[in-house]
Amino acid sequence: MSKIHVTTSVNGDAVEFLCDPRETLLDVLRDRLHLTGAKEGCGTGDCGACSVTLDGRLVCSCLVLGAEAEGHEIGTIEGIANGEELHPLQQKFIEHAALQCGICTPGILVATKALLEKNPDPTETEVRYWLAGNLCRCTGYDKIIRAVMDTAADLRSDMKEAT
Amino acid sequence: MHYHTPASFDEAAALAASATGITRFLAGGTDVLVQLRADIVTPDTLIDIKHIAGVHDIIQMPNGGWQIGIAVTGAEMTEHPALAAAWPGVVEAMDLVGSTQIQGRATLTGNLCNGSPAADSVPAMVAADASVSVCGPKGAHKVAVLDIPTAPGRTSLAKGEMVTAINLPAREPGGGDAYLRFIPRTEMDIAVVGCGVNLRVDGGKITHARVSLGAVAPTVLLVGEAADAIIGSTLDDAALDRLAAAASAACNPIDDKRGTIEFRIHVAGVLARRTAKIAYDRAIAAGE
Ligand SMILES: Cc1cc2nc3c(=O)[nH]c(=O)nc-3n(C[C@H](O)[C@H](O)[C@H](O)COP(=O)(O)OP(=O)(O)OC[C@H]3O[C@@H](n4cnc5c(N)ncnc54)[C@H](O)[C@@H]3O)c2cc1C
Ligand code: FES
Ligand code: FES
Repeated sequence: MSKIHVTTSVNGDAVEFLCDPRETLLDVLRDRLHLTGAKEGCGTGDCGACSVTLDGRLVCSCLVLGAEAEGHEIGTIEGIANGEELHPLQQKFIEHAALQCGICTPGILVATKALLEKNPDPTETEVRYWLAGNLCRCTGYDKIIRAVMDTAADLRSDMKEAT
Repeated sequence: MHYHTPASFDEAAALAASATGITRFLAGGTDVLVQLRADIVTPDTLIDIKHIAGVHDIIQMPNGGWQIGIAVTGAEMTEHPALAAAWPGVVEAMDLVGSTQIQGRATLTGNLCNGSPAADSVPAMVAADASVSVCGPKGAHKVAVLDIPTAPGRTSLAKGEMVTAINLPAREPGGGDAYLRFIPRTEMDIAVVGCGVNLRVDGGKITHARVSLGAVAPTVLLVGEAADAIIGSTLDDAALDRLAAAASAACNPIDDKRGTIEFRIHVAGVLARRTAKIAYDRAIAAGE
């Protein structure tokens, strides 16, 4: 089977790869680009462990073909921290112990970062609905929700101080 | 599997017409990729329609009607205030599909053409009297959304035909629509029953109505008796009772782990009442 040549951008870096037409973006990220932050929990769009952004929009990378990335901008968990400096959400997840095994964590961080960019002041209900497609088998969700609410509050007061 | 990215509808339809084996169009891929991954359907030819000009647009026509491109996602519909104001029922039905991640990809056209009897947007589109524009070997023509599904997983689209847009009529004054579904949990499940209602009021009285049910028969239902039960009324209790009875009577459901036959029949009546009340309140508010 002939491979498809794809040119795209991942976390701001220009990237090229060859992939099989059946290969998903998740497979390409993990197996060809060695960005193993996005996880495969189900492969069918139910768990959100593979969450990435495509032109800023939150999607399941298991339901996007590698070939569909042509010309678009992909954002993954690897692009969230600023070098060694953790993103405020990552820092808060550690402080609130909002993870145990960590399989769901990259997807939840990518998803909540996308939420806070769209809505800096979400209600708890809005956070819970936004994350309905991110399953966690360990934490019982409550610590995740606390960490997100706390980050959102901090980011809002940082914004106020800056203005 | 061959993956194509045609630049025009004609090119896409021609690819589908000349393809051998299994052909699928790729819109959001939230059905196609799940079926591919689960080895349920492995297409020989996959035609990605997202590079065709105009497919990402939501356009209001000069006559007030709406044309929704075949690659417009659920999230893009929800983020369009004028569309959501004109057709809140259609927009809320599409918004029920999947999670935030699924909303970033899933389309109305894919929801319809996948052919699931439980597809959430389809009863809302049938109640709205929506149509699809189709191109193919027989040329361009329009087909009512109601006439697209023919059986679970099957549509009336012939080989080489594809949908090029979804068309919603202009919102008439004093009109409103709504969609509700029942699922065993709060989010992320398949409808046990779905109900779409679209109606118009004049001086508090219902003058026109369309009532549609999903997931209670092999294909979506347009229930004329349910509409007749409320036309001419002010949606009083007697009209609501007649509506619920007509909705329940129209059901021909399956028994499965999500709901028994009796349960689906009962819930169809309950949902028809609740949906009609929301559509009625919206119609009254629009008429003021
Ligand atoms: C986790 C998850 C949750 C879901 N939840 C729901 C839910 O709550 N309710 C619900 O109704 N559905 C649900 N779905 C199913 C799916 O998301 C929807 O049916 C969606 O609207 C499909 O749209 P799509 O653009 O992704 O379609 P695709 O997968 O791209 O295509 C679906 C079908 O439509 C055909 N098609 C696409 N475009 C055209 C065209 N222009 N002309 C002719 N044929 C075409 C394709 O050939 C294919 O057969 C869910 C799916 C997942 C993975
Ligand atoms: S692996 Fe993509 S949603 Fe579960
Ligand atoms: S921390 Fe284990 S799945 Fe969420």
